[in-house]
Amino acid sequence: MAFSPAKAAARKTFNGMFVLFCVVVTCIALASLAIILYSLLKNGIGGLDTAIFTKSTPAPGSDGGLMNAIVGSLILCGLGMVGAVIVGVLAGTWLAEYGGTSFYAKLIRFFNDVLLSAPSILVGVFAYELMVKPMHSFSAYAGALALAMIAMPVITRTTEDVLKLQPTSLRESGVALGAPVWTTIRKILWRAAAGGIVTGGLLAFARISGETAPLLFTSLNNQFFSLNMDKPMSSLPVVIFNFALSPYDDWRRLAWVGAILITAAVLGAQIIARILVRETRRS
Amino acid sequence: MNVHRQEQFDSYVADVPADRIKLKTHDLNFFYGKTQALHSVTLPVANKSVTALIGPSGCGKSTLLRAINRIYALYPGQKAVGSITLDRENILAPSVDLTMLRARIGMVFQKPTPFPMSIFDNVAFGLRMHERLSKKQMRERVEEALRRAALWDEVKDNLHASGLGLSGGQQQRLCVARSIAVRPEVLLLDEPASALDPISTAKLEDTIIELKADYTIVIVTHNLQQAARISDYTGFMFLGRLIEFGQTSELFTNPRSTQTADYVMGRFG
Repeated sequence: MAFSPAKAAARKTFNGMFVLFCVVVTCIALASLAIILYSLLKNGIGGLDTAIFTKSTPAPGSDGGLMNAIVGSLILCGLGMVGAVIVGVLAGTWLAEYGGTSFYAKLIRFFNDVLLSAPSILVGVFAYELMVKPMHSFSAYAGALALAMIAMPVITRTTEDVLKLQPTSLRESGVALGAPVWTTIRKILWRAAAGGIVTGGLLAFARISGETAPLLFTSLNNQFFSLNMDKPMSSLPVVIFNFALSPYDDWRRLAWVGAILITAAVLGAQIIARILVRETRRS
Repeated sequence: MNVHRQEQFDSYVADVPADRIKLKTHDLNFFYGKTQALHSVTLPVANKSVTALIGPSGCGKSTLLRAINRIYALYPGQKAVGSITLDRENILAPSVDLTMLRARIGMVFQKPTPFPMSIFDNVAFGLRMHERLSKKQMRERVEEALRRAALWDEVKDNLHASGLGLSGGQQQRLCVARSIAVRPEVLLLDEPASALDPISTAKLEDTIIELKADYTIVIVTHNLQQAARISDYTGFMFLGRLIEFGQTSELFTNPRSTQTADYVMGRFG
């Protein structure tokens, strides 16, 4: 076909329109993010003081902070992550190194994917049936279990994926030196995949740190500072949920501050994950 | 046909005096699932010498190497039938302890595979697996291995730097050091220079020639000149069979089989 200036011009115009469309759509997405962050900071930054970290949630009208909720969230997420990392890393390792394409591996992979996209409120109901009902009490243990069940499939998936990226020759060189397969996995493959596995863990942490629904059925809430794992425990997402819906101005301000804290924690985890990914790629 | 082949094998084996044989495959057949990759391979390997395996891609050279340290046992579908003797002991027997076997038969792969740890820990990895050594002994053994692999002078001030930071040639010599640190009797090299530049290749070849004094070496190579330069014996493989085996000088200058002649003359490959 001969070169036609008219056609080239039309194509240029169409290209320009398409680029413009992409820019506009991107701006809409970014603007909504900016608006969320702006209202978060506008409403919450004023309430961010030391009392937030040193005092527990107050009765309406009196002074207080979010200490019980911050500590509670750290405990729930921390315990949940410990369980999720142990089960997730081992399960992911089994899938990548031992399970292969066997029937059980396929089955587990399928259910893991289902769990990965299961609504978190269902996980909460499950933990309720499993622990709260038999123990006749809402408890921090049940909350941590629910969070672990949300984080675990994420970690299983990422662990399997990053282990599969490691070259076969790395496995074989460990084995060729006389190391048993299990030792090769622990000392060489886990180390080679460490950046990816830690990244998966941080992403899972970011995911569970804002979860509210599963905690409503499990750890519930606690107006007071508590380290008792058998009893209900306060957490930031549930406090935000309760306080944001309340008619009291000071409670609503505390909810905004809590939202800032969670956002900062998630942002921090994402930044660390990004840095780790870059480090891994470089080496 | 069978009788004819049997005669051929006998004549090949005769090239290595019986008291010099360290390792020998006898009537070895290898299967990837249902596909047979090696057909009745009988190959003697002389003690403290370099044996090169040459042949076109897919002829079974690497498969033969991978049978010798039984690395194939990692994969359920792969199977070796026949016998491989190391000092007259059949290492294909089910009773053989594979970790012990691999401490006696080391292997270096085509692509350098440094472990994600320091240079020192790379070399110490196998040692820690097989021997209880004091810190001082460990340092000595690591130094000895790095010296023998001709890498010591380049890394002695940086032993605790990551092995991943070395150049390709250095990484490959690190892998050689790692394998000889455990003092294996046999060293298998699977195209160790194919990913290296000419200068690194020359250094690696010097290392291999030096190592011959203490180790029995089997090397798979695509590079005919390399086989001619460094090996004492050469086996030519084609379509899963060992077509010809003899002293390297003999095989290159006076090949008995026409297929060998065509290959070493560069008529196919």
